[in-house]
Amino acid sequence: MQIKDDKYTKILQIIAYVVVILGSIACLLPFLLILSASFSANESIIKDGYHLIPAKFSLEGYKTVFRFPDEVLRAYGVTFFTTIVGTTTGLFLMTMAGYVLARKDFKYRNIFSFYIYFTTLFGGGLVPWYIMMTKYLHMTDSYMALIFPGLMTPFLIILMKNFIRSAVPEELFESAKIDGAGDFKIYWRIVLQLSMPGIATVGLFLALHYWNDWFTSSLFINDPHKYQLQFHLYNVINSAAFMANMGAGTGVSLGGDLPTESTKMAMAIVVTGPILLLYPFIQRYFVKGLTIGAVKG
Amino acid sequence: MLLPALIFFLLNAYFPMIGVYYAFTQFDFNSSLFNAPFVGLRNFEFLWKSGTLLRLTLNTIGYNLAFIFLGNVLAIVCAILLSELRIKWFKKLTQSIMFLPYFVSFVILSVIVYNVFNYENGFLNTLLAQFGADPVDVYNKPVVWIFLIILFYLWKNLGYSMVIYLASITGISEEYYEAAKIDGAHIFQRIWYITVPMLKSTFVVLLLFSLGSIMKGQFDLFYQLIGNNGVLYNTTDILDTYVFRSLKVTFDIGMATAAGLYQSLFGFVLIMTVNYIIRKINDDYALF
Repeated sequence: MQIKDDKYTKILQIIAYVVVILGSIACLLPFLLILSASFSANESIIKDGYHLIPAKFSLEGYKTVFRFPDEVLRAYGVTFFTTIVGTTTGLFLMTMAGYVLARKDFKYRNIFSFYIYFTTLFGGGLVPWYIMMTKYLHMTDSYMALIFPGLMTPFLIILMKNFIRSAVPEELFESAKIDGAGDFKIYWRIVLQLSMPGIATVGLFLALHYWNDWFTSSLFINDPHKYQLQFHLYNVINSAAFMANMGAGTGVSLGGDLPTESTKMAMAIVVTGPILLLYPFIQRYFVKGLTIGAVKG
Repeated sequence: MLLPALIFFLLNAYFPMIGVYYAFTQFDFNSSLFNAPFVGLRNFEFLWKSGTLLRLTLNTIGYNLAFIFLGNVLAIVCAILLSELRIKWFKKLTQSIMFLPYFVSFVILSVIVYNVFNYENGFLNTLLAQFGADPVDVYNKPVVWIFLIILFYLWKNLGYSMVIYLASITGISEEYYEAAKIDGAHIFQRIWYITVPMLKSTFVVLLLFSLGSIMKGQFDLFYQLIGNNGVLYNTTDILDTYVFRSLKVTFDIGMATAAGLYQSLFGFVLIMTVNYIIRKINDDYALF
């Protein structure tokens, strides 16, 4: 029996290593392609196409991106601003909501939970929401439009509620109350201190959402100075791709002063950079938070 | 302290619900809510008769089913294999790498697709040229995109669900495995008879959550990969992309609202049905 056991285990080990290595390569390869292209000379891309290793090494892509850094830097600024303001405000509001809903002595918590949850079941759809935002709340071209829609989601509020419920024992509320603490003081002094892992997880979700957002820009922002980073990149790629397709159809090259291939890829790297740099550090918290959430069901 | 949340959802979700009235009007952007001409169900009728609604529904549901089942099964397989790895640092490293795509934006995904598949100098055609084969214009082949979309969905989301399954695997008590080992079960039997059944509840919970949102496709994914490329609509248009286009490109506001309302209603009925069935079978798994 022991010999057979070893054979099967060995087979599984081999399968596991092969699959996991292949999977990892598949996940990394696309990034390498972009990275390599961003360091390639533009003519060599146009002549020979993209390669996994730069056919001709060059920094011109990055030079072009930073020759006129205004646009990129401004988009960076917008994204930084919305990410920081959105994440802190959203966290503040969602922890408060989660705290109230977690309190068992709050009589109407079931009604309000449903009030929040129901919005995931049924909604007016994109168009009425868009009209509401632009015509009635007058959010076109305002930073508010970039921040407001992502502030809270039912999923994260419920997650927050569960975190608080498991981190703060019920008796703590009561004893704090007896000591004369008001509801807000309990929230600020006790709940926030005890539910840090939950706050970190929800905060990461929020920050990731704001950092990667291009959709709100595309809906509400007409002023290029207020484009988010991702939408800026989207425009750079797409205007160029569109022109290239047009050119291919008509046999006319519309090259000119359009962003060149290597510049586009360099731009993509510049946009992704912060995430790739921060990733090793934040990934741990994400896994931890997801793990707690998953075990809770 | 709950007030901000209540106001937020009132503005962001409940007031727009009133706006579904636009679905029954011939709305343009200058008229206000109740002075747009009322046309009854004509918007829906048009969507239905032109075949748009049917096509969008089939695409939306089809893709989502593929995402849900392939995504979960692959995530389970990968999580099990990963959990069997013995070298600690290697396990950590590969898990991080496979989780990485989840963190980059969909715009970057579109850059990747452009890099690999664009006709003139994409990586694929470079590769084909090296083997002396003819270049392929992927952007003109609608059927290929079915697989590409599913592939890129898996690429982006596998790491995320894998981590969740990995967490439940770690939660399984060692004793079961020890007992099975003593009874002479080899590793494949241990996985099949212990790990897989233990993952059932996680699987069911994730499945139910995703079934509920089956009418909401992955808008970002589809829009960033396909954009406004009309050649590919037949196989790649879903309700979300149609509504977005009608709003931003063709300005069919009434039609877009109608499609959106149909999506919400259909989704709502679907969730209710699923939840009802679950409750009949096993109350513990019900969503509410």
